[in-house]
Amino acid sequence: MLIRRPPDLLSSEITDESLFWNRRDFIAAAGLGAAAVGGLLPLRSLLPARADDEKLTPWEDVTGYNNYYEFGTGKDDPASNAGALRTKPWKVDIAGEVKRPALYDLDELLKPFTPVERVYRMRCVEGWSMVIPWLGIPLGQIIDRLEPTSKAKYVEFTTLLDPQQMPGQQRRILEWPYVEGLRLDEARHPLTLIVTGVYGKALPNQNGAPLRLIVPWKYGFKGGKSLVKIRFRETQPQTTWNIAAPDEYGFYANVNPDVDHPRWSQARERRIGELFKRKTLMFNGYADQVASLYAGMDLRKNF
Amino acid sequence: MTRAAVVTRVVKPVLYVAAVLPFTWLVFALVTGLVMGDEVKFMQHVTGDTALTCLMLSLTVTPLRRLTGWNELIKVRRLIGLTAFWYACLHLSTYLVFDQSLSIDEIAKDIVKHPWVLVGFTAFLCLVPLAITSTTGWVRRLGGKRWQRLHRLVYVAAFAGVLHYFWLVKKDVQAPLVYGAVLLVLLGARVWYARERRKTRSAPAAVPSR
Repeated sequence: MLIRRPPDLLSSEITDESLFWNRRDFIAAAGLGAAAVGGLLPLRSLLPARADDEKLTPWEDVTGYNNYYEFGTGKDDPASNAGALRTKPWKVDIAGEVKRPALYDLDELLKPFTPVERVYRMRCVEGWSMVIPWLGIPLGQIIDRLEPTSKAKYVEFTTLLDPQQMPGQQRRILEWPYVEGLRLDEARHPLTLIVTGVYGKALPNQNGAPLRLIVPWKYGFKGGKSLVKIRFRETQPQTTWNIAAPDEYGFYANVNPDVDHPRWSQARERRIGELFKRKTLMFNGYADQVASLYAGMDLRKNF
Repeated sequence: MTRAAVVTRVVKPVLYVAAVLPFTWLVFALVTGLVMGDEVKFMQHVTGDTALTCLMLSLTVTPLRRLTGWNELIKVRRLIGLTAFWYACLHLSTYLVFDQSLSIDEIAKDIVKHPWVLVGFTAFLCLVPLAITSTTGWVRRLGGKRWQRLHRLVYVAAFAGVLHYFWLVKKDVQAPLVYGAVLLVLLGARVWYARERRKTRSAPAAVPSR
């Protein structure tokens, strides 16, 4: 495949983590300014012109601000509670309409592949976003090797169910285990990744270790974490957020600034590290690569 | 020390300090980079939570006076109420400035489209006349009865504030439900006291201890 990373994120833009513009300094200045004047308006004048290039979101935010309800609903809960999760050994059940179903050991499943680094935008359905350097394997390569049968139309991804290790599962805030799904052609799309690392390191538990799904043109919740089962199906899987609130979270969940969440606008987003919101891009900016997957579909209906 | 002295020399100063603590924490956390992720959300949560908590506290003063007989506690209610208003102002400002970049157009659209924004605005608008008429001069100008009637708007503000929180939460409604339960108890206490008052009025001196 030709697409190694989205064309708008050049490798020349990826500098060392520590070198990045440290927004804390700005926040410090702004905070002191506001405190000194006793109002918030002076902040505006202190703001630098917004950088239009996309900088990596710092490691601390990527690994400290997470939605992973299995470890609690607070954004800092996963970082606090996920440490004890045992990710080794790890088995993944490959099941359903596939020629090589088995309970694979994770190392064995991934051995034939070389991980690639991909810098992707991550847009949360809540209206914030990050830019994250993932390390992973294009799911399409794994699927090719597993050889789905001609009946396979969808892929279902199931997260670990273990209330002992995942305290968030002791409250029935969602239907556990967490299930996500893709159409087979979406799963095979070269942008879709099975992620095992971030920032060149092994994936931290709070980010979904040891393996998770990343579909950069969809809202973040589509990326199931700590996967224990990948099942090929003929029918569309029932997905967790869709079960929880069918009018708010659809099966497709493609990033779309024109289709609002019933309770909030999706037209803009706050890039973590910035104070003001920026415009959300169609398919999270990956329209050139993925729009053809949905040709002829009513995206308002299939939200 | 007399009770009045305890209230003015101990309770009030403690509350003054408590009132600036959330703001101090907010600035400190932002300046030192303690905040992970969305800093604007952080500002909104701290200010929103503090405003709601202060509203609840201001509604606690009257039941507490009845319960303890410490009528002097009335002296701290204005402070609590104005603290709620100050944090509500900050809360609204972060929304207007950072979420909407002060675009009147976007703000109007958001209010019309999303009921929880409308409800939040309603809560704020209810607090404005209360803050303005919080001075002794205004109490005199309006007269006790009328002032009291106007200040019943605080119930609308508190209810709207809780609803605003409940509505915006993605899935985990535990925190707004706690506020809702507290509000219910505080309103319940008022209903109960009102009924007691009616009882004693209709049957004066005839009720021995139950």
